[in-house]
Amino acid sequence: MKRPSLGALLLGLIPFVATCFSVALWDRVDPMVLGLPFNFFWLISWLLLTPVCMWGAYRLEEPSASDTRRKEGAD
Amino acid sequence: MSRSVVALTIIFGIVIVGSAVAFLAGFRRKMDLEQWTVGGRGFGLVLVWLLMAGEIYTTFTFLGASGWAYSRGAPILFNLAQAPLMYVVSFFILPLIWEVGRKYRLQTQADFFQVRYASTYLAAFVALVGVLCLIPYLQLQLTGLGLIVEVASFGGIHRTPAMITAFALVAGFVFASGVRGVAWVSIIKDLLLLCTAVFVGIAVPHIYFGGVGPMFAALARTHPTHLVMPGATKSFGHTWFISTVLMTSLTFYMWPHYFAASFTARSGKILRRNAVLMPLYSITTPLMLFVGLSAVLVLPGLRDGDLSLLTMVQKTFPAWFLGIVGGAGALTAMVAAAIQLLTGATLYAKNLFRPMLAPGMSDHQVAMIAKIMVLVLTLGALVLAVYSSISLVSLLLLGYAGVAQLFPGVVLGLYSRRVTTSGVFAGMAAGICLAAFLMLTGRDPYFGLNAGFIALCCNFALTGVISLLTPVHAAGFNESLPLLAASDSADSPGLL
Repeated sequence: MKRPSLGALLLGLIPFVATCFSVALWDRVDPMVLGLPFNFFWLISWLLLTPVCMWGAYRLEEPSASDTRRKEGAD
Repeated sequence: MSRSVVALTIIFGIVIVGSAVAFLAGFRRKMDLEQWTVGGRGFGLVLVWLLMAGEIYTTFTFLGASGWAYSRGAPILFNLAQAPLMYVVSFFILPLIWEVGRKYRLQTQADFFQVRYASTYLAAFVALVGVLCLIPYLQLQLTGLGLIVEVASFGGIHRTPAMITAFALVAGFVFASGVRGVAWVSIIKDLLLLCTAVFVGIAVPHIYFGGVGPMFAALARTHPTHLVMPGATKSFGHTWFISTVLMTSLTFYMWPHYFAASFTARSGKILRRNAVLMPLYSITTPLMLFVGLSAVLVLPGLRDGDLSLLTMVQKTFPAWFLGIVGGAGALTAMVAAAIQLLTGATLYAKNLFRPMLAPGMSDHQVAMIAKIMVLVLTLGALVLAVYSSISLVSLLLLGYAGVAQLFPGVVLGLYSRRVTTSGVFAGMAAGICLAAFLMLTGRDPYFGLNAGFIALCCNFALTGVISLLTPVHAAGFNESLPLLAASDSADSPGLL
């Protein structure tokens, strides 16, 4: 087990900036997107975008078996 | 057959099937303390996912989120923002906690403090805080369950006998099957909850407005302020949102039962993958909010916002469907209560009773005390739920602010070598006193900030300062931590 990499921490910071610190920027009704007020639309889309960020962090922290093999092949 | 009989029969059927599955899960397994509390540390991705989802989506998700959307409006968005963020945090701390857990065979949150800070008193204090904070949470599950049965029976069955029946079943299967039973019954409960939540969340706006879009359009015309913060409240604005989202998402896994759930995983990698996937499960939360918001227009003036979802279902759908929703809700309350009972009982027996009163006890005897505690806690929560009239929300928030104060001890303990036992003790005690003072004297939010968040900041500051003023433990002690032990060979210094 090692300290998380800077890349993974930065990827983890993205959802915090997007859905927490920036609340004043997105907390409004207009423009409505897909019938949802903008603040609802924004937070719901981050339910889907957060796993994308964290999938990136996961790949950085736990390189998959095929990646390790490729690396070994290159060495 | 009258409507209430149909609904109640279905609820009862679901509860009985769920309990039977839980009983069978532990059948023929030797239930030692290790198997009972952490399932022998053998759960894979699916079972861990089910257990964590089962624990996290409690009665609050089902009744509380729609209730807040109904009575307060946009401030409930904190719940929608918190969900993905707490899994981001879990990505960085749970695998490390798991690693320490495996190495030292930890079973409870207080065990972690025992190993990291080598102080039985600190561990006992953590256990005490944990048990005390769990009781109001347990009480919330009970009351939610009582509400469900009361609405489903159209007022025909009083909530007290319903709560007693359900909790006798819960205590029974926790007693018999431990954490494995809870994980298995979660499967049924998650399936039911997911299906009913998706169906109700889509159908209700569709039936009354022709879709979610028209529902919001109507709401934006008639109640424009309900849809942006502070909604129907005065003080729940943007600073409250930021401080609350930070406090709840950072410290969510400090609830002793969520913390201990990470010990059930087979590997740290499973916890990481789980953290990536879990936000997708939160997709049910906005659907619950849609129901609560529809109720603003369809059922104005409800006495209790927490009843908005159930009343909406009762008004819109046939009795058998009310039964399914009620059954899902009742099972949800039972699963959540089961894991809280299990955790509270183990914490008490292992980290408070044994070290303080009977140091010579064997693990087998500890397991016996824990099982007896299951019954004691069940009775305690029942008495509180039946007789106390204190607002549940305020009790729950107090519990939240309380467990939040364990966060600096855990996260600094994982990532820093410099943090000391006295520092953690002082910070934690000060944080709990400050949080209790602010909340019990009605100062939450305080200057627009969440009271638990203010207490957490003071806690962090005090932990840091006292740690720097007191000496670190003897060398070699830090070896208990995989992260710090590993950095020994490299020349990378600790965080502080």
